[in-house]
Amino acid sequence: MAAAAAGAGSGPWAAQEKQFPPALLSFFIYNPRFGPREGQEENKILFYHPNEVEKNEKIRNVGLCEAIVQFTRTFSPSKPAKSLHTQKNRQFFNEPEENFWMVMVVRNPIIEKQSKDGKPVIEYQEEELLDKVYSSVLRQCYSMYKLFNGTFLKAMEDGGVKLLKERLEKFFHRYLQTLHLQSCDLLDIFGGISFFPLDKMTYLKIQSFINRMEESLNIVKYTAFLYNDQLIWSGLEQDDMRILYKYLTTSLFPRHIEPELAGRDSPIRAEMPGNLQHYGRFLTGPLNLNDPDAKCRFPKIFVNTDDTYEELHLIVYKTELRPSSYTQSEASISASVHPTLDFCRRLDSIVGPQLTVLASDICEQFNINKRMSGSEKEPQFKFIYFNHMNLAEKSTVHMRKTPSVSLTSVHPDLMKILGDINSDFTRVDEDEEIIVKAMSDYWVVGKKSDRRELYVILNQKNANLIEVNEEVKKLCATQFNNIFFLD
Amino acid sequence: MGEEDYYLELCERPVQFEKANPVNCVFFDEANKQVFAVRSGGATGVVVKGPDDRNPISFRMDDKGEVKCIKFSLENKILAVQRTSKTVDFCNFIPDNSQLEYTQECKTKNANILGFCWTSSTEIVFITDQGIEFYQVLPEKRSLKLLKSHNLNVNWYMYCPESAVILLSTTVLENVLQPFHFRFPPKQAGTMSKLPKFEIELPAAPKSTKPSLSERDIAMATIYGQLYVLFLRHHSRTSNSTGAEVVLYHLPREGACKKMHILKLNRTGKFALNVVDNLVVVHHQDTETSVIFDIKLRGEFDGSVTFHHPVLPARSIQPYQIPITGPAAVTSQSPVPCKLYSSSWIVFQPDIIISASQGYLWNLQVKLEPIVNLLPDKGRLMDFLLQRKECKMVILSVCSQMLSESDRASLPVIATVFDKLNHEYKKYLDAEQSYAMAVEAGQSRSSPLLKRPVRTQAVLDQSDVYTHVLSAFVEKKEMPHKFVIAVLMEYIRSLNQFQIAVQHYLHELVIKTLVQHNLFYMLHQFLQYHVLSDSKPLACLLLSLESFYPPAHQLSLDMLKRLSTANDEIVEVLLSKHQVLAALRFIRGIGGHDNISARKFLDAAKQTEDNMLFYTIFRFFEQRNQRLRGSPNFTPGEHCEEHVAFFKQIFGDQALMRPTTF
Repeated sequence: MAAAAAGAGSGPWAAQEKQFPPALLSFFIYNPRFGPREGQEENKILFYHPNEVEKNEKIRNVGLCEAIVQFTRTFSPSKPAKSLHTQKNRQFFNEPEENFWMVMVVRNPIIEKQSKDGKPVIEYQEEELLDKVYSSVLRQCYSMYKLFNGTFLKAMEDGGVKLLKERLEKFFHRYLQTLHLQSCDLLDIFGGISFFPLDKMTYLKIQSFINRMEESLNIVKYTAFLYNDQLIWSGLEQDDMRILYKYLTTSLFPRHIEPELAGRDSPIRAEMPGNLQHYGRFLTGPLNLNDPDAKCRFPKIFVNTDDTYEELHLIVYKTELRPSSYTQSEASISASVHPTLDFCRRLDSIVGPQLTVLASDICEQFNINKRMSGSEKEPQFKFIYFNHMNLAEKSTVHMRKTPSVSLTSVHPDLMKILGDINSDFTRVDEDEEIIVKAMSDYWVVGKKSDRRELYVILNQKNANLIEVNEEVKKLCATQFNNIFFLD
Repeated sequence: MGEEDYYLELCERPVQFEKANPVNCVFFDEANKQVFAVRSGGATGVVVKGPDDRNPISFRMDDKGEVKCIKFSLENKILAVQRTSKTVDFCNFIPDNSQLEYTQECKTKNANILGFCWTSSTEIVFITDQGIEFYQVLPEKRSLKLLKSHNLNVNWYMYCPESAVILLSTTVLENVLQPFHFRFPPKQAGTMSKLPKFEIELPAAPKSTKPSLSERDIAMATIYGQLYVLFLRHHSRTSNSTGAEVVLYHLPREGACKKMHILKLNRTGKFALNVVDNLVVVHHQDTETSVIFDIKLRGEFDGSVTFHHPVLPARSIQPYQIPITGPAAVTSQSPVPCKLYSSSWIVFQPDIIISASQGYLWNLQVKLEPIVNLLPDKGRLMDFLLQRKECKMVILSVCSQMLSESDRASLPVIATVFDKLNHEYKKYLDAEQSYAMAVEAGQSRSSPLLKRPVRTQAVLDQSDVYTHVLSAFVEKKEMPHKFVIAVLMEYIRSLNQFQIAVQHYLHELVIKTLVQHNLFYMLHQFLQYHVLSDSKPLACLLLSLESFYPPAHQLSLDMLKRLSTANDEIVEVLLSKHQVLAALRFIRGIGGHDNISARKFLDAAKQTEDNMLFYTIFRFFEQRNQRLRGSPNFTPGEHCEEHVAFFKQIFGDQALMRPTTF
């Protein structure tokens, strides 16, 4: 059911009804201060997608947004408009830095029906898109840009508008292609981090490993440790880790998994003489450490931009227990000075063997956890949990993320209900609980307790409200036993 | 070589006695550690001094010829004096017993007495060139009773009083050693048992000289609770290695003697051995230096024997000034430096050095502080220090030093040190626990098998490390906080690795340090993975951090929830946040709502100035009253009059719940 919903859209073999998912119409960034006079309007535009659009239309669209924001500001000076709903599309506004505006225009989903006379009739589904989801996507666009380029203001200081425009063009040209607006959902609102559950002792061993590594490789400033796409430790602050996590798990790691699954694992390791057997390698930086001409190019990242504004090099190193195995641990390391090939070799020799040992410890732990949870039979429910305080996110609704789409195992209608419940929660500060009976025999329950949110989808045809409530209580007692989560 | 470099010293207060000279003979008794100064065969006086008793025993005895050997029995009850090669004379020192001397001749015909040893206060062993004779002395009868004897040819003998073992040298080469062990069941006559004999391998010597085992090259000492025979082998048996070595034969209570350790001296010449604090000290007269060996430190094991090298570079015993005492001392006179490693020194086991010509008896001592700087390998240093008696403060200073800015050790080294400390700590905790369990299981306290474990100085618990090392360390402003946190985590890791419950003050130290550097996200992650164990004090500490870091509130509540003994605290926290309904739902969820104070909740509800909330809470308690007492009214004891009045004022009298009538 889910696959059909996601895959439909443009398929020519769809039945009477054709569905078209939401799509990106345009995306632009402007600063009204850069062209305040008539005739200079073009100067305001820093980036415009699609670039082919005729200049005057660009200016018109930017002007419209500016006007809407200005106009709504009269009613709500502190919170100007965030989105504009029209029949065909929705526009989202975001001002991430003072006077810098980012606008994203998304076309509403379309259903194309055949009328009796055979002519296609297009129907825009105006109420399908959730403001919060796409506003979050837009904010994420900025965060991602900032992670790799620093703030707009910094670019202005470094090289004026020209440099800023270059950076925006270079970044967003590629980034917008990866947005996949059709599969955005509640998780985009949360922008959460999936944490790997681990026992205290293994966790302390990892701590110890990181501290020792940072001591012996003193250009390393921060380290994050992940296992199977789940975070275990972050030396970076929460906001920076949140976006870096997003980058690593939705972009960098998936890109490197696919060639491995195809069995094209690089055979570098086998040639390393006198080296402990390990399958560690760099996901950023040099491919082959034995090649004296190997290029040590690491992506730059910018962290703590509100405060110390640090420019770092992102080193991502990964080991596997066996080549091409699914079990892997990744250390993402941020260095302050440009790492040399020599440094990379040292890092490889220090981190590779130890990380491999740790990975096997964690793997053991992972199997224990799996055995413990596996003893229970397949549960009758699916849930999404999110904690605003530590950004911890847990979803049994979503399948493994791939670089292209994040697959959900439930119908989009249910996902939309979850989004609606979330919007309701945002309106009030107090704890609350919402139970919805969905059209398709499903019950959807949303609970909010002290900055935590839990969404449960139950598939129990004949259950009544009381039974559903009991079921959720049971779930809380088993899954969230060790936190204070009010019934 | 600075003064802090000497790691061996002579004790500060030696036993002083009259120098040996033609009219004054000096004897030393290894069992009682007493020095006898016998003037003119005893006629002009005998002075006996021990290390512990500062009041010397002095007496006179008739000069009946040259004294060959003189010793008190244990507890100074009976004095034995050997003057001839056939007899030993006795004299009682027990009050009310006759002090007339009595004599015992050795039983074996034509045998010569080599010497004698007291094995208890009334039991004595004669060693003759033809065997040994074990007697019980009957002081009141002034006679001796032979308990047991054994015939064999004896070249020389040696006695180890700590383990009550006599070693006899037999055969022509003198290298077959026959040990005898003496046991003393309480209030019974002692027993003598023969242990398996063993042969000392003699080094290959030039054909011209007859090899033989000299008494001088053998010593017996207890090391780490086990008896060893130490053999000083002057030339190594293997031609390729030069230098002498000390071979340690382990002599167990039962079973055969076994060669266990070889201490490599890497030099030749005249040596003397001492055992101090379970360390073998080898003095070398030619270089006037000494080295120490620790058989518990890791050596090279060749499958049967472990080879050891000196723990530290060779050093002289710390120079010693002879103190000037008595009225003869003039203030201007400077103390005289004592000649160390003098040829007139005589060394006794375990730790005694006697200079008969100067009239001093010293105990040799090991100084631990200088060793800290002589042993750069911190892991080995810890292994060494943890085996020493007086190690606690030195170990703590090593810990402080390795965390100081100038001598900072690397994290792996720090981890090793912590692991070694905690290994020792855990061993003690386990012993304590099994003792407690045995006591609980009803084993009698007096049972000899059940001994309360002794806490040695090597047991450094969390409070020691916290007080002497960590609390000062985290205060150091110049330390990078990354290092401080790494060290604290390393200590906690080590404790966890040994399954020792971490005390909350260590967790507080971590939290304090993280908060000081605004590292709240790190703190959050540590709590998330339960690295900082749950406790009420910790939860309260977190609550107090809420204004700096709002998520601390949630963390604290989670912790209180997990403790499951802190439900009252949870209610208080929620009420203080004006989450009255949440508090009520929580307490109802755990079934405690029948026992809570209505007044407390009504107060909190009133404070919110939310009338509907007040109504709900008020109604809840009316219903509770109805259910518990059959009437919705509050009892005077609940002190809710003010709230009832407030309720009426807002919602009117008719809104009060009416009692259900039956």
